[in-house]
Amino acid sequence: MVPVTAITDRVLEVSSVGQAVAGPGDGAVTTFVGLVRDHNQGRRVTHLVYEAYEPLALKALDRIVSEAGELWPSVRLAIHHRTGRLEIGEASVAIAAASAHRADAFAASRYAIERVKQIVPIWKHEYFEGGDTWIEGATADPDDPEARANARKRACA
Amino acid sequence: MRVTIRLFARLRELAGAGELAREVPTGATVNGVWQGLVRDFPAMAPYEASLSCAVNAEYARFKTAVNEGDEIAFLPPVSGG
Repeated sequence: MVPVTAITDRVLEVSSVGQAVAGPGDGAVTTFVGLVRDHNQGRRVTHLVYEAYEPLALKALDRIVSEAGELWPSVRLAIHHRTGRLEIGEASVAIAAASAHRADAFAASRYAIERVKQIVPIWKHEYFEGGDTWIEGATADPDDPEARANARKRACA
Repeated sequence: MRVTIRLFARLRELAGAGELAREVPTGATVNGVWQGLVRDFPAMAPYEASLSCAVNAEYARFKTAVNEGDEIAFLPPVSGG
């Protein structure tokens, strides 16, 4: 049984994330996979190390699943995030959304990745040619209605 | 009372440890714990404007009161995905 949400230092299996959500009533499963790319803001990236506050990160993923469930009741969502050292081309996050119809699956999946970037306590340590740096993105506040509305707007664009 | 502080990413590096034990007065808030931390590690001060916090692995506010044995986490801006 594949869990709906996971923080793991093991290689992400995209197909198994899809299996966590798809059922006989579903006509569509979308999968989104975030990859480690070899460049960022003009730097040549060699690898990334992801760090998580695991118990809270897991709760934040569960919260995103539940938020998406309120917005798109027909969708079942799974989100797995990797931690530790990742090489170029490896998957850092895998999201699957299953639904009777494709539009809701696409929207919920986009919403989920936007919310992951906003509220899940995970940090990227970027190693590049000539140095390393912590990437600092959003101040995490799950109750911020504006952030939530932005994620929803992007999901429905 | 005794609390545990958890630090991540750049804050962890600034402290040289991901976990610290601290003695704080009864009635202390998360903000009080943070101010104590900044006294020990002044380089953390600029993070105040962009920080999130958690108590016992639940998101909290700086005004949240802390209790004996609590785990207080300070979270720099997140960058998952």
